[in-house]
Amino acid sequence: MTNQPDQTGVRISMWLFLYTEIILFGGLFVLYAVYFYDFSADFVQGGKELDRVIGTLNTVLLLVSSFTVAASITAIRRQTKRLCLLLLASSFLCGLIFLINKYFEWGHKFAHDIYPNSPALTSGPHGRNIFFGLYYVITGLHGLHVIIGMTLLGVSFVLVYQNKITAQRFALLENSGLYWHLVDLIWIFVFPLFYLIL
Amino acid sequence: MESTEQHLMSYKTLGLVLAALLLLTGVTVGVSYFDMGIFNVVLALGIASTKVSLVLLFFMHLKYEGRAIRFSFIGTICFLAIMIGFTFFDVAFRH
Repeated sequence: MTNQPDQTGVRISMWLFLYTEIILFGGLFVLYAVYFYDFSADFVQGGKELDRVIGTLNTVLLLVSSFTVAASITAIRRQTKRLCLLLLASSFLCGLIFLINKYFEWGHKFAHDIYPNSPALTSGPHGRNIFFGLYYVITGLHGLHVIIGMTLLGVSFVLVYQNKITAQRFALLENSGLYWHLVDLIWIFVFPLFYLIL
Repeated sequence: MESTEQHLMSYKTLGLVLAALLLLTGVTVGVSYFDMGIFNVVLALGIASTKVSLVLLFFMHLKYEGRAIRFSFIGTICFLAIMIGFTFFDVAFRH
């Protein structure tokens, strides 16, 4: 019992932080819902302009990466370090491809004069301006979370490699995993709201 | 001392959850091509909620967590529901 790390306590603190993240994105989704109520036609039109194929691809990437992170915890606990490293690396790679897709997606929109405060948006219908405003804020904030999540996965990878995360002491990997799953959770709602509405 | 030994997820369970998540993604993309009016929104959000529940229960192993995490999570969802619900009372009855 001496100096036993409190794994449950460590997880509870991570969950407390995740609750604040849920409320943060929850607030943005409420904003989306209220404006959707006021400008449904513009939102439907805006949604049609987003690339459904890239959106679907990014959804699959995040789902697969969530699976590999969850599996990496099983791997380290079964003392298969190499498998754990491989799984973590694939999650990181999925996150990277997600961001590259996002880069091309945003770039494509910028090329068509669709960016915050662009003349095409400010002079067009009000609802369309709001739709793309929300699109940039929510996917941007989500993208930032992907970058933070990838950093945590990267740190976990190094610590597993250095044998600082082991089958007995894996709380950091577990919390990084929880954070990464949260990024996935948010995207699961972002995807239908922006890409699939009608 | 209470046991802190945590549930170990098998690869098989995780794989099945992933398969279900991918299947649901396929369904939600598929139905989005049919125009069903407001029912599209209901269906899309219903499927998203199912996917989120799967991730929470299995990937984030909420199903196997103790009372502290389970109840605090449900509390958070209640607050979220209050925030969304009260906002909608306002929006729906303002005009």
